[in-house]
Order: sequence, then structure tokens, then C-alpha cells
Amino acid sequence: MDAEAAKLIGAGIAAMGMIGAGIGVGNVWSSFFSAIARNPASKDEIGANIWIGFAVTEAIALFALLISLMLLFVA
Amino acid sequence: MATDAEGELKDAIDAHGAGDSPFHPMEQFEIHPLGRIEIFGLDLSFSNASLWMVIAALVSTSFLLFAVRGGRIVPTRLQVVAEMLYDVVAGMVRDNVGSEGRAFFPFIFTLFIFILFCNVLALIPGSFAVTAQIIVTFLMAIVIFITVTAIGFMRHGARFFGFFFPAGAPAWTAAILIPIEIVSYLSRPISLSVRLFANMTVGHVLFKILAGFTILMGVAGILPLIVLVGITALELLVAVLQAYVFTILTCVYLHDAIHMH
Repeated sequence: MDAEAAKLIGAGIAAMGMIGAGIGVGNVWSSFFSAIARNPASKDEIGANIWIGFAVTEAIALFALLISLMLLFVA
Repeated sequence: MATDAEGELKDAIDAHGAGDSPFHPMEQFEIHPLGRIEIFGLDLSFSNASLWMVIAALVSTSFLLFAVRGGRIVPTRLQVVAEMLYDVVAGMVRDNVGSEGRAFFPFIFTLFIFILFCNVLALIPGSFAVTAQIIVTFLMAIVIFITVTAIGFMRHGARFFGFFFPAGAPAWTAAILIPIEIVSYLSRPISLSVRLFANMTVGHVLFKILAGFTILMGVAGILPLIVLVGITALELLVAVLQAYVFTILTCVYLHDAIHMH
């Protein structure tokens, strides 16, 4: 296998890291909605903190995307 | 359609060579010295990154000074914006650090405003994304890490080492827990800096790739252009959100150092 092909396959595999982040972000928001469905009064309090959970989880997807883009354009 | 354009994009990049192609997505992060300054053999040139950091500092300072001039009781619109920024950070410090955090408010407010303005100014076409340089974010993170650790040791002395072993855990778990806690503590500056750096880099690379598609696809380029408009809105959200997350994690680390869990 030549290096160019290996690079493209590697970029594809690296992008698979986003699967986990997708599940994670889905989990964050599903928990958010079930929490405010049970206790609507908690919306403001959770609403401020949910963004931290979202950003921390979403960052994992970006790490994977970064590796993938580096393989495509920098390596 | 997309694969054709991608092929053309690759060809355009190959034709120009990786470094100087206007289509290369990484070209925008290159640092060019604007004026050569050498002191004792150290290369201290004023680069485009330094220029945009100075611009961010000047714009944020003059905005805040201009917004609160006069200091009316019934605020003008700009004054409301400045007061909201102050209020957000003050609330963040109060909720996450507690009353001892008041002493650190000026530092945390400066940090938030600087990152916010760097992120938002980077969205202007043709500007330079300072926070997409790992060295900039890592320096901020390591300064915070060292300061917070020093505060922890100054307040608690040797008892701060107890931070690495949760109180009440069975003694035999120490062999597992202490290495995990130490690694997770030492990885804080890395995760803090890489989060901001990766968010900004990926956003700007995405801009460049979509813009490349828009140019290369001719009339059909309207499709990536529509996506680009949406991505720009998302990146504005990300720019504000990452400044907020960086600051709130600083507050959380400060809380850990002052209160130990």
C-alpha cells in the first residue's frame, strides 16, 4: 500500500472518533431534556451548566476531526 | 459533485505546493514576522500573531472604556453590554469559586475578555486567529496551572498532596487512585489549551475548505456558500462558548485549589 492511500485510510479511521462524541453529545442533551421534563423549575440552573458538558464532549469530536484534517492536508 | 471539487482542490493545492497555495487550509495559520527584532540573539520579531493580540487588547480595552464613559445610572445600550459581560464573569466567579474568588476576579475577567475578543476578531475575513496557535493557548493554560497549584500549596501547605487521594476512600485503593489523580491533574493544562486550540483551528480550516469549494464549483458553488453561512453562525457560538468554557474551567481549578474538592 502506498503512503498516499494509507494517509487517506488513516484520515477515515481517525474520523471514527467522532462516533463516541456523537453518542456523548446526544447523551448530554437527552439528559438535559429529561431533567427539565421532570422538574421544569430547574431549567435555568441546568441551562447554564449544560454548555460546559456540551463543550467538553464536543471537543473530543474536534480532536478527531483535527487529526483527520492534519492527515489530509499537513502530513 | 463534491468529490470532483475535492479532486480539483487537491490539484490546486498540489500545483501551488503545500505552503503558498491560497487554497491550502493551513496557510492561514502561518506566522510571518512583520519587523525583525533581535535581542541578544533571541528572535523577538513582531509577527502577525503579536499584531492581532495587540489589536484584541486595544479593541477590548477601548470598547469597555468607551462603553462605561460617564457611568450613567440609566445605562446606554453599550453600557448594558459592558455590564452584562461584567455580570457574567462576576456570577461565574461567585458560583464556582465562592467569596474568596473576589481577589481573582480582575485576572479572570481579563482572561475572558481577551479570549473572547481574540476568538471573535478572528472571524473577520482576512484576520488572524491567535487562539488557533497552540503556543498561545498553552501558555495561558500553563500560567493558570502553575498559579493555581502555587495557590493550593500556599493555602494548604503539604496537606495539598491530600488532593490526590479522595478522603474516605479505602486505603488499599491508593495504589490505583493516586496515579490516576496525578495524571488527571497534570493533564489539565493540556486539555484546557488543546480544547480552545482545536475548536478554533477546526473552525477556520472548515471555513477555508468550504470557501475553496465555493470558488472551484462555479455556479454550483452556491451550495457550499449556504453551508458556509450556517457554519459562520455556528463558529460565532463556538467562539463565545469556548471563551466561556476556558474561563469557567479556570474558576473550577481555582476552586479546587482553595477548597480542595
